[in-house]
Amino acid sequence: MANSARRDSPELPDFSLLKRLARDQLIYLLEQLPGKKDLFIEADLMSPLDRIANVSTLKQHEVDKLYKVEYKPVVSTSDQLCFLIRPRIQTVKWICDVANADKAAGKFRRYKIIFTPQKFYACEAVLEEQGMFGDVTTDEWAFYLLPLDDDIISLELPEFFRDNFLAGDQRWMRTAGSALHLLHSLYGPFSKVYGIGRYSKMAYESWREQVEQGEQRARQAEIGNVFLIDRDVDFVTPLCSQVVYEGLVDDIFRIKCGCVEFSPDVTASDKSVKVMLNSQDKVFNEIRNEHFSNVFGFLSQKARNLQTAYDKRRGMDIKQMKTFVSEELKGLKQEHRLLSLHIGASESIMKKKTKQDFQELLKTEHSLLEGFEIRECISYIEEHISRQVSMIESLRLLCLLSITENGELSFVTSNYGVDHLLTFSNLRQLGLLVEQQPGETLTVMESRVGKLVNDKTAGKLTDAFSSLAKKSNFRALSRKLNLVPKSDEEYDLRVPRDMAYIFSGAYVPLSCKLIEQVLERDGWTGLEEVTRLLNGNEFAVTGSNGAKNDAQRIILVMFLGGCTFSEISALRFLGREKGKNFHYFFILWVTVSLKMFEEVSWKSAVFFLREKLYSNPSKYLFSNC
Amino acid sequence: VTFRCDVQLKESRQAVNSIQRLVEEDDDEDDVEKVSWSGEPVGSISWSVKETAASNQRTDREPAFPKIPTDTPSLSKSQSGYSLSSLFKGKTKGGNFQSFTDTLSDSSIRLYAPELRKPKSEYKDYVSDWSPEETIQRLQQGKTAPLEKFRSLQDKLLLLDFAVSAHDGNVITAVLIYLKRTLSKEVLFRELESRQTALRHFIHYLTETKDQRLLLELLRALGRTEDVALLQYKEHLSIADENKRRDFLKSCLSLPFSAEDSAHVQDHYTLLERQIIIEATDRQAERGGKVEIFQKFPRRASILNMPLITTLYYCCFYHYSEPEGTYSSPLNIRQAFKISEKQYFVTALAARAKLKAWLDVDALFTSRNWLGFTRKKSPLSFQRVVDVLQKNSAPTQVLQDYVGLVEDPDMRISLAQKHKCHDIVINTYRDMKDRQQLLGYRGKVGRGSAEERKIDELLNNQQIRWKN
Repeated sequence: MANSARRDSPELPDFSLLKRLARDQLIYLLEQLPGKKDLFIEADLMSPLDRIANVSTLKQHEVDKLYKVEYKPVVSTSDQLCFLIRPRIQTVKWICDVANADKAAGKFRRYKIIFTPQKFYACEAVLEEQGMFGDVTTDEWAFYLLPLDDDIISLELPEFFRDNFLAGDQRWMRTAGSALHLLHSLYGPFSKVYGIGRYSKMAYESWREQVEQGEQRARQAEIGNVFLIDRDVDFVTPLCSQVVYEGLVDDIFRIKCGCVEFSPDVTASDKSVKVMLNSQDKVFNEIRNEHFSNVFGFLSQKARNLQTAYDKRRGMDIKQMKTFVSEELKGLKQEHRLLSLHIGASESIMKKKTKQDFQELLKTEHSLLEGFEIRECISYIEEHISRQVSMIESLRLLCLLSITENGELSFVTSNYGVDHLLTFSNLRQLGLLVEQQPGETLTVMESRVGKLVNDKTAGKLTDAFSSLAKKSNFRALSRKLNLVPKSDEEYDLRVPRDMAYIFSGAYVPLSCKLIEQVLERDGWTGLEEVTRLLNGNEFAVTGSNGAKNDAQRIILVMFLGGCTFSEISALRFLGREKGKNFHYFFILWVTVSLKMFEEVSWKSAVFFLREKLYSNPSKYLFSNC
Repeated sequence: VTFRCDVQLKESRQAVNSIQRLVEEDDDEDDVEKVSWSGEPVGSISWSVKETAASNQRTDREPAFPKIPTDTPSLSKSQSGYSLSSLFKGKTKGGNFQSFTDTLSDSSIRLYAPELRKPKSEYKDYVSDWSPEETIQRLQQGKTAPLEKFRSLQDKLLLLDFAVSAHDGNVITAVLIYLKRTLSKEVLFRELESRQTALRHFIHYLTETKDQRLLLELLRALGRTEDVALLQYKEHLSIADENKRRDFLKSCLSLPFSAEDSAHVQDHYTLLERQIIIEATDRQAERGGKVEIFQKFPRRASILNMPLITTLYYCCFYHYSEPEGTYSSPLNIRQAFKISEKQYFVTALAARAKLKAWLDVDALFTSRNWLGFTRKKSPLSFQRVVDVLQKNSAPTQVLQDYVGLVEDPDMRISLAQKHKCHDIVINTYRDMKDRQQLLGYRGKVGRGSAEERKIDELLNNQQIRWKN
């Protein structure tokens, strides 16, 4: 099993401290507004908040009622309103509207905005423009890092990707630096920092400045090394279908803030259930990193064991039964509940995946990664689009084709609406769809409807976007780094031999391979050709007072722009397998993959078709062919 | 990946279900997390917010549910043993670091709190004469720094350039807001043109503050006419009324799009125009109750604003046999939007199969050659055709016609076996001269059936040179 832990694995630091700090600071901020108050919480802050505080904590600090920010007039009767929000202009505007409406109605209240993780000048400018500066007071809650699991910490900032990579707005760079600084102060000093990508460099710089401005005291380091990587260094990996259990659960049910909502068809009851997915869930913990094909065997073995344990009851006398009930029953019941859920989830995954010809989809992806039978792939994708299976999937395949083949082929949007110009324009901006170089045309596709990508974008790509240059060089990188194992050997997924197991043995994720190589070489020496293909921006820095102990083997990996659960599984595998026995842990900006498309390209692409396509009652309009 | 693990999965499901009863009978002292009706753990913040929302919908006289204990308003101080406020005083006043470490004796916290520390910038804090560089540094640290003293263009630009080189988008935007206020548009735009990072921040800022007018001016000044066109075109999204939207799209046709984009916008306009006509006619037909298809399969949504292929599907569903001259005729749509043959086939097949109009399906694939013979042709693989038909539960007689046309023999056999098209299996083995397989298959057909006789005939046929 890919999961067997090694005994001499170094211990991870205790991250629960981060929660305590965040909670204490929040309490302090609430105390700054004495007296009873109603608290308005931004919708996407509710789950993170739930992780560090509960209602009674808030009540103890005179929070009366709790509301979700919904951009509607408020119904509160309290004379003090407190808003706990992300620094978003839209939200601040709404608060100004609320305050202005009160003013017009002659109602007097006190307003306070608590921005988290930091405030932006642009938000204060809105307060000023709306004549509310001073009437509305502001504060900052430096809640950067939320531990989601033993080895996962998240910033829960989905807009990071869009702001940075699409809009080119660097407003979160300071946040990234501060998050690193926090970890450095609590668990450092770091001895080495490696990284690749423009934003990684900026985050590193911001962190370094903050360290310089502060004072550092000597302490025992708990985190040795740090690896920073920009998401756009490797767009290929998040474009691949996930096949490890945790990744699949994320793709299908969406894991939000370490929590998943299983629908009634999973729970086999009439209501859906919210479940925390982390190492506390013993069943989940054993299968999360497994290739899906191994999961069934494991679950059925577990189910048999459980049955045996229950069967023991037969023939027990009263006394034995008493011991059984007091000692074992509770554990068994808990296990039964979990097992039942994960079996339900697996059944549901199977059902969904067989319906969509998952096998064929995977085959196409693998061929694309390998650069093999491209014509067949194109015709599969074309058919995929024609059949209107799923727009997101189609676009994902298109982007994968575009990146791996170094250029988009004459493609085609009629299927998803002629008004998709904006989506495509965004995908081009991100470098996910790339124009094809003249003369490289692989095929002339039968269907027309016009090539959407053309030379005009090339002119617009400025120097700053050079990392998203037209060529992704994937093929060359793949050869250099040996990302696609030879396909003539049988790959035993039960006994994975390398990180490729997370993609059924077909592909070693580029991002993880880079991390492995750099740590092994202790720098970028010997990888010059690779970094050239990746447009440079690599660095490796050694600190002055590095750790010499076990902490050296604790490696913090920060994906600027998000990472997938598959990548996490791959690095967990790497940590266990390598002789050095590293322990990786991760800072996420939320996990990506398909979500990257929806939240990044879609939302900002102002397209209205998604709703039409997905939440339309007229399902029949979409051929289920 | 092999996803053939159904069996294992079923086994585990059975095992778990069999235990279910046992678990339930012991459930009296179960300490499963308490959850509310919505599935949120009771006491969680999301739960409480929902409760507030729900209680607001109830009458105002009722006390809010759940009842909140209000008798301990400032509980924290007495309970936690230390005043939390004291912990964070350091942040504003500085120098209070000690109290923090004292209260929490956890060694790992001792070194924390970058922002609880006394700021290093000593005397300068009280003198507000900062250079552009110092100003940017202060802004980065979240401190105030007056920008008003930077009045010459040179100073303003210096400020901007320092902000850009600090890589802090928040500060870049802060400076831009100041420049926007104090420079004329012409000068600001001109200077931004050579500062791409700042320009992108400005564009993002204008987008977020929804300052469409200035954004359009900026893009025009930069000569980015295609972006201007796209931005204007984007406005159609906020127009709900379909007629107004159509008129708006029409007005977009003259915008300076690139050639390709221009074709798409033209298509968009033509499509909506057509949808409006179809919708009006069909809604009437449906209400009139005289058209059978609308009675049998009532429309579940309007066709307005649907994508092109959905529209084609809709027309193949409701208007299949209409003469080519009408707006709703599938052939007319195919023509007007130059839909590829394959795309058309897939869509028409899906629609007709859904209606179980097998004759239409048959006609779709039948073509006559110049000698007048008919044969079946398909722009997409017959394997896919079978797939579609089978998902729409086509009868075996229909299926076998298409299974027989699957090119790859192995695939043909496996499909034929799956759908019990014995003839095809037998003929394929015969063609492959595979005696062993044929023998094996004999055991799978009914004893004494026509299929068995056919197999026996073949096996006895001396003409065939079996390969095994």
